[in-house]
Amino acid sequence: MQLELSEQDAAFRAEMREFFTTKIPQEIRDVVASRGELSKDDIVTSQRILNAEGLAVPHWPAEWGGRDWTPLRRHIWHEEMQRACVPLPLAFNASMVGPVIAQFGTQEQKERFLPATANLDIWWSQGFSEPDAGSDLASLRTTAVRDGDDWIVNGQKTWTTLGQHGDWIFMLVRTDPEAKKQRGISFLLIDMTSPGVEVRPIELIDGGHEVNEVWFSDVRVPAENLVGEENHGWDYAKFLLGNERVGVAPVGATKRVLAQAKEWAGDTLADDPLLAARVAELENELLALELTALRVVAHSADGKPHPASSVLKLKGTELQQAVSELVVDLAGPASLASGAGDDSTLPQWTRRATPAYLNLRKASIYGGSNEIQRQIIARTILGL
Amino acid sequence: MDFTHDDEQKALAEAVRGLLARTYGSYEDRRRTVKDEPGYDEKLWTGLAEMGVLGLPFSEADGGMGAGPIESALVAEELGRVIAPEPFLTSVVLAGGLVAALGTDAQRAETLGALSEGELLLAPALAEPGRGWTAEARDVVATGSGDAWTLEGVKEPVPHGATAGRLVVTAALPDGGTGVFLVEGDADGVTRTGYATHDGGRAAQVRLSGASATLLGDGTTDAAAAVARVVDETRVVACHQALGAMTVALESTTEYLRSRKQFGVPLATFQALTFRAADMYVSLELARSLAQWAAMVLGAASTGSADADPADAARRAALGTSRAARHVGQEAIQLHGGIAMTAEYHVGNYVSHLTALDHLLGDGHHHLRALAADVGGHAEVDPLP
Repeated sequence: MQLELSEQDAAFRAEMREFFTTKIPQEIRDVVASRGELSKDDIVTSQRILNAEGLAVPHWPAEWGGRDWTPLRRHIWHEEMQRACVPLPLAFNASMVGPVIAQFGTQEQKERFLPATANLDIWWSQGFSEPDAGSDLASLRTTAVRDGDDWIVNGQKTWTTLGQHGDWIFMLVRTDPEAKKQRGISFLLIDMTSPGVEVRPIELIDGGHEVNEVWFSDVRVPAENLVGEENHGWDYAKFLLGNERVGVAPVGATKRVLAQAKEWAGDTLADDPLLAARVAELENELLALELTALRVVAHSADGKPHPASSVLKLKGTELQQAVSELVVDLAGPASLASGAGDDSTLPQWTRRATPAYLNLRKASIYGGSNEIQRQIIARTILGL
Repeated sequence: MDFTHDDEQKALAEAVRGLLARTYGSYEDRRRTVKDEPGYDEKLWTGLAEMGVLGLPFSEADGGMGAGPIESALVAEELGRVIAPEPFLTSVVLAGGLVAALGTDAQRAETLGALSEGELLLAPALAEPGRGWTAEARDVVATGSGDAWTLEGVKEPVPHGATAGRLVVTAALPDGGTGVFLVEGDADGVTRTGYATHDGGRAAQVRLSGASATLLGDGTTDAAAAVARVVDETRVVACHQALGAMTVALESTTEYLRSRKQFGVPLATFQALTFRAADMYVSLELARSLAQWAAMVLGAASTGSADADPADAARRAALGTSRAARHVGQEAIQLHGGIAMTAEYHVGNYVSHLTALDHLLGDGHHHLRALAADVGGHAEVDPLP
């Protein structure tokens, strides 16, 4: 057992810290720091700077821009980005569809999509959930029926995050209606400018427009856009969700917001022992989470997520939510002023507090709800 | 940062597990042992001495093995798995640790040598009636100077205080500050009343009435900081003992959920129960991360890393362990149902032991208060120095 980073890893951390805090535009990092809404341009600009330096998709195969880092280095990279308020590489591209194409796609698909995906020249959306297929994803009903060299897609996807920016969408579609539900699913890539694709916004409780419904009416998709084997899409989805889970314990970002919360609290922190205890307990739980992430990355070297990654998702999102709740409480009556403009006398963080809190209720629902994570722990780890 | 144990450490844990299995192969063996005096198995204690475990943390010059906190932690985790009543934690890590930290060459060699050989049991006499956890003595008072000291006052509870050959006693010094003294268990002026603790352990009231004592070290400087440091080290080892006990409590619970049938089906059929077991796992693994990290911090501090803060790490690990031990323990009983209320079945006694460990050197509230008082002193908590 060894506490310290090796000299090389410590140098690596310093290098990451230096890059993220000097090369990503300050105004973009300020938006993240103030928990504001990033524009599409902000996200694209940031990812292209990262990609030019080989820092957008280091976890991909080396051939496609990966860096063959140790799990520890990947962890350091991920934490330092969050610490420096750098927008993370778009998850749909970097963590979801990219690794699936790299693992299961044809050489043609790799050449066509991977460089553009890493550089965010293509903005990917995720077409998994449907109105009647949430946690029970395998009950999805959107169909793809073969017609000559094309698939004809019909159905509806929902909760498509940032779908309003999407160029392409990766989909789970039912290709064999007769098969047992997991068996008849395929993984399909669809150009969102295709005739018959319609994106409709969903307004959320925080007042924002982050997610969408996407409707498909007789959309023609070339057969070459199927990834892997027909009717094996469920395997690729499980691979993808396993990757997603590791990334959804936003330790660094939660730590950063908690540190900001202490600043926002000001003298109250010293004057209110209940507040101090609440913050100290959260800090300790976050420390335990971060250490667990470090333990888990060390054991997921074979590419498969450690079963305990469910712990990271479960506890990580709970703490993310708990810190956002703390910030609302710190804002007090000012937390009602979410609709006030920048001419308000109230500080920006107080006005942002409640929308951020409400928005983050999603964290324990997406990426396999926390109840699904408990199910995974009970079944695969505890054998129940 | 590396959480893996090396081959030598794994071999140590396996050897200790093997030795313990011979004495505590079934829970009934443990139950029988704690019913009789002295409350632990003397043959096993000798076996641990022969294996080098009782001298593990002490330097070779003092008759020990010169191992670090990670090795002590591994031993404690194995003891926790079978809730072995042998007083490794209190006699070796705490009382022995105080002698190692404060004793002169001669005092260390004499006391720690005998302790390591299994010939002398030490009892740490720190707690004073009516006071919380503190490294500073107040109500037991030392009088004298040089080689001639006497102690006056009451210590309680003193782990294994009635049978230990030598007591390691904190006492208020005449000019202020805390001194640590050796007192022979059978010395004149020492009255000891022993009893069993709720988890089958042993403790005693130790009344000192002009008992003759030897001050550890050469001078009468305040030793409170050194005591606090040893207590911190012991806390981290205690966390590992709790980890061992929690691990088995969870294993037993999942086994029970699989095998016990009600309404014609295994309890594991009910998601209301399996989700709670999943939450126990989450608590346990988070606590494990903190405890293992804290052991690494102690190790780094003992080899001179200036960035390592063992007191802070001990507090954090102990807070996390306290929270987890209560959660895992309480749920282990609830998910078993009535069987876990019986003394005959092991799980309830694991919970009793976890409760004892929680209150030996400071519970979650105690540590959270210290962390809260300090919370404005840093922007964030970074586990890597």
